[in-house]
Amino acid sequence: MKKIYNKIIQITGNVITVSAANIKYGELARVSSEYGDSSLAEVIKIDGDRVHLQVFSGSSGISTGDEIRFLGHQMQVSFSDNLLGRIFDGKGDPRDRGPLLTESLIETGGPSVNPAKRVIASRMIHTGIPMIDVFNSLVESQKISIFTTAGEPYNELMARIALQAEVDVIVLGGMGLRFDDYLFFKDTLENEGALSRSVFFVHTASDPVVECLMVPDLCLAVAEKFALGGKNVLALLTDMANFCDALKEISITMEQVPSNRGYPGDLYSQLASRYEKAVDFEGAGSVTILSVTTMPGNDVTHPIPDNTGYITEGQYYLNNGRIEPFGSLSRLKQLVNKKTREDHRPLMDALVRLYAYFEETMEKKSMGFRMSPWDKKLLQYGMLFELELMDLSVNIPLEQALNRGWEILAECFLPEETGIPTKLTDKFWPEEMRKSNEKGKAHQE
Amino acid sequence: MENQGRIIGINGNVVTIEFEGTVRQNEVVYAVLDNTYLKSEVIRIKGNRAEIQVFDNTKGLKSGDKVKLSGKLLSVKLGPGLVGQLYDGLQNPLRQLAEKSGYFLERGKYITALAEDKKWDFTPCVSHGDRVRKGDAVGSVPEGMLMHKIMIPFYLSDQYEVIEIAQPGSYGIQEQIALIKNKKGNRIPVKMCFNWPVKKAITAYKERLSPTEPLNTGIRIIDTLFPIAKGGTYCIPGPFGAGKTVLQQITSRYAEVDIVILAACGERASEVVETILNFPKLIDPHTGKSLMERTIIICNTSSMPVAARESSVYTAVTLAEYYRQMGLDVLLLADSTSRWAQAMREKSGRLEEIPGEEAFPAYLESVIAGFYERAGRVRLKDGNIGSVTIGGTVSPAGGSFEEPVTQATLKVVGAFQALSKERADARRFPAIGPLESWSRYKGFIDTPTRKYILKTLAHANEIEQMIKVVGEEGTSLEDYVFYLQSEFFDNVYLQQNAFDPVDAATPENRQKRVLDLITGILKKWLQFRDKEDARKFFNRLRQTFLDYNTSTWKSDSFYECEKKIQAMVAERSAPFPETLLSHISLAAIEPDMNSTLKRSEKAFEHESFQKEPWDNIPENEENL
Repeated sequence: MKKIYNKIIQITGNVITVSAANIKYGELARVSSEYGDSSLAEVIKIDGDRVHLQVFSGSSGISTGDEIRFLGHQMQVSFSDNLLGRIFDGKGDPRDRGPLLTESLIETGGPSVNPAKRVIASRMIHTGIPMIDVFNSLVESQKISIFTTAGEPYNELMARIALQAEVDVIVLGGMGLRFDDYLFFKDTLENEGALSRSVFFVHTASDPVVECLMVPDLCLAVAEKFALGGKNVLALLTDMANFCDALKEISITMEQVPSNRGYPGDLYSQLASRYEKAVDFEGAGSVTILSVTTMPGNDVTHPIPDNTGYITEGQYYLNNGRIEPFGSLSRLKQLVNKKTREDHRPLMDALVRLYAYFEETMEKKSMGFRMSPWDKKLLQYGMLFELELMDLSVNIPLEQALNRGWEILAECFLPEETGIPTKLTDKFWPEEMRKSNEKGKAHQE
Repeated sequence: MENQGRIIGINGNVVTIEFEGTVRQNEVVYAVLDNTYLKSEVIRIKGNRAEIQVFDNTKGLKSGDKVKLSGKLLSVKLGPGLVGQLYDGLQNPLRQLAEKSGYFLERGKYITALAEDKKWDFTPCVSHGDRVRKGDAVGSVPEGMLMHKIMIPFYLSDQYEVIEIAQPGSYGIQEQIALIKNKKGNRIPVKMCFNWPVKKAITAYKERLSPTEPLNTGIRIIDTLFPIAKGGTYCIPGPFGAGKTVLQQITSRYAEVDIVILAACGERASEVVETILNFPKLIDPHTGKSLMERTIIICNTSSMPVAARESSVYTAVTLAEYYRQMGLDVLLLADSTSRWAQAMREKSGRLEEIPGEEAFPAYLESVIAGFYERAGRVRLKDGNIGSVTIGGTVSPAGGSFEEPVTQATLKVVGAFQALSKERADARRFPAIGPLESWSRYKGFIDTPTRKYILKTLAHANEIEQMIKVVGEEGTSLEDYVFYLQSEFFDNVYLQQNAFDPVDAATPENRQKRVLDLITGILKKWLQFRDKEDARKFFNRLRQTFLDYNTSTWKSDSFYECEKKIQAMVAERSAPFPETLLSHISLAAIEPDMNSTLKRSEKAFEHESFQKEPWDNIPENEENL
């Protein structure tokens, strides 16, 4: 039996209040106006017989006489292989022209995974981007965020990772996505033939803000189910800052006491309950979460990136169209980069260390200090490094990226200047470079 | 008749109920959702209404649902079998829960904390007619590598006479092992386990002692410069990525204590998983047994219910106090106390309390103080000494130590190990900033040496700042050498390679010997042709010293390296050329020379240091 009410007592922001009995916390309701348009709403507070509902499509135009029909269940999403290749909105309704899916519904926002049932991540996800593969490897079941600012090519980066990552299923969650960004994702994945292994839940900037809140839950509920079925899933969430702002909006409407810069006090827990869905199941598949967090004013101490940083297992700083080698960190890289190639770690350390020296030299240069021969070597190295490894357009597999690293070193330095153990330089130092260097040395003498 | 109530309001995990009869503040109640009972705690009472926080997701509850009142405070079960367990914040054993309900933590599923079918080898230590009080042992059972004392429950406040005691043999935790009676003749059966409310400190000891004995962690920068004491408290604040959790993990491995309790409070689940899966394989260097045999993990990770996060630190500290009552040294590591404070903030917000700074509740400070005060070194009634040491990490918002949780914690702890982002970025691990940290405890290194080292580091830091501005060319050779000496000290002593089997932990005697050697080098006047010469020398010296650090204690290569280092230093040593030294370097080199020190302080105040010459340079450049 469904319960129908048609007396709305209060409308503030996107929250409406009705007087109703026997309503479950978290239950969904459908609000229908006399013109026939309707919207979903979720119970977010019960106070005696006063039930507060958050209206997904916003309260604009809702009349106190509108009909509210309680559905008796919580937010659900259909789960089956039919999801693949489909695009939905923040309510879970089709955004493409496909049919509405209603079979085998699952509840979103399920319980958290028992830590005793998790396993330590051990497989690397190859992306073809040297700044990720070589320096901060992405690992299956990792949760990691791209820290960036508006205007950076973060969506392009995400699409590339989605296309190149060897995963079974891609779940894309768009929050506050500009419509052209949405089309970009759709077209890119379609053109590359990846749409058939993808599911989209997209909330665009013009959609009601409440729907934005549902996107991560929908994505992760679906991702989790695929993972339990043995699939390796990559969940892409862009942009989590919009999700946080939506949380802020709702909590202020609900007259909650704000903590930092107006964000609710439970921002950390809210984010954590989503990001912690990244998991490697013992005996089944995995969920990897890669998200975008745009930092307001490029300020990493802003509550959104700050709380995110404490939750995720590292971050990629995307700045000036490049992934910065400093600050970027993949906490799980130690678990995988020891078994790629023996020179991976020492080479990575040497490249970053020398690049740090290069930055110091740049500083010195800008202050007008004289450049020593060593400084000049560093300047040449820095240029090559930025051009051939850091640039986002570079798209090469890990092996090749490592070889390129050696080539760059050989072009600029002598083996003993790199600080890499002699055992490795003997093995990997490119031969022709060695000869030409020796010639150069002899010539100098 | 069972005491009952019903739900009249729901706001997140805070639920308002209406009840008849009596209700106790902080008592455990169960919200009934169909056939599942959701554990909750009473947090506020007003007339015939009470607010409860539910330790689970409240979705699906509705107005009018039943609530069962238990009349009991939130408690943990104390008895043999705690060590090696993995519990959630409410002491549910997670491994057993996984066997029962699979991948997910379904709500409303609770399992008793201690296995009831397991038999323990009991040996009595009292006999018929003995007089006992709370906390007195009646016998013991072996638990892993320690003797677990079976004690008279701490809530029995009378004096009792033993009238029955079990024979040596195997018993389960629910079997009666003793019968005692009080003066009035009431007979009370004693079992191996009993419950104790988590928010109440256990005080069944004779007296509290001051924390004077150092607790060695094997981490050089901590033991030498910022020591912690048995029964003391310390905090580790640091922004994300500074290595808090790694530091806690290393401490939990090498600390010289009997029991380590890890409270993973609101942090990443994957980190706990690493500990769970690695600890059983790791060998405790002090006993040779698996590390898991001295570890209890309380894990309430960030996605687990927030309300249980708040109680998890209390669960942890209560278990710590219980083992302290057996005369053991217990180390409790809480990671992170900020998440615990945030859980309080969420609760306070839902109760619509008037917020304090950054919306934390006004009672934040007193609650934090109350928690840390449960640490302590005590003399028990049988004369043995036990201790609880608490180390908490703090995750300050925005990485700024000015925020309320860090500040409230600083007021009550005895040592402060500030992690710095700069050191972490420069891969200097452990990333404890030597200039910001402090400790009020005495370690095994004498205080003048500690002071001397800190002064040296502070002065070297000033030189470093200067080098950054005026370049190496503008720095005098003496200053430059001084800076290199201090850098050398930082590199080979303060930094430690956690992945090297030898260097990962340095025991006390080795620390003393190495520190003697190294302060000897710092106090030497070393001669160099130029800066390049000095840098090369220190690079070589550092390399040798790192080999020295990774050599096994008193092995051939250990002595070899030591000799080599001494020879290298002796080659460059020269008598002090008094005339060349500025006041300041002299003071830093020989702090005992009081007059020089005073002069140098004056120099800092008045002379060229008052107006730093580099103050103007960057501005001028910007103007250009």
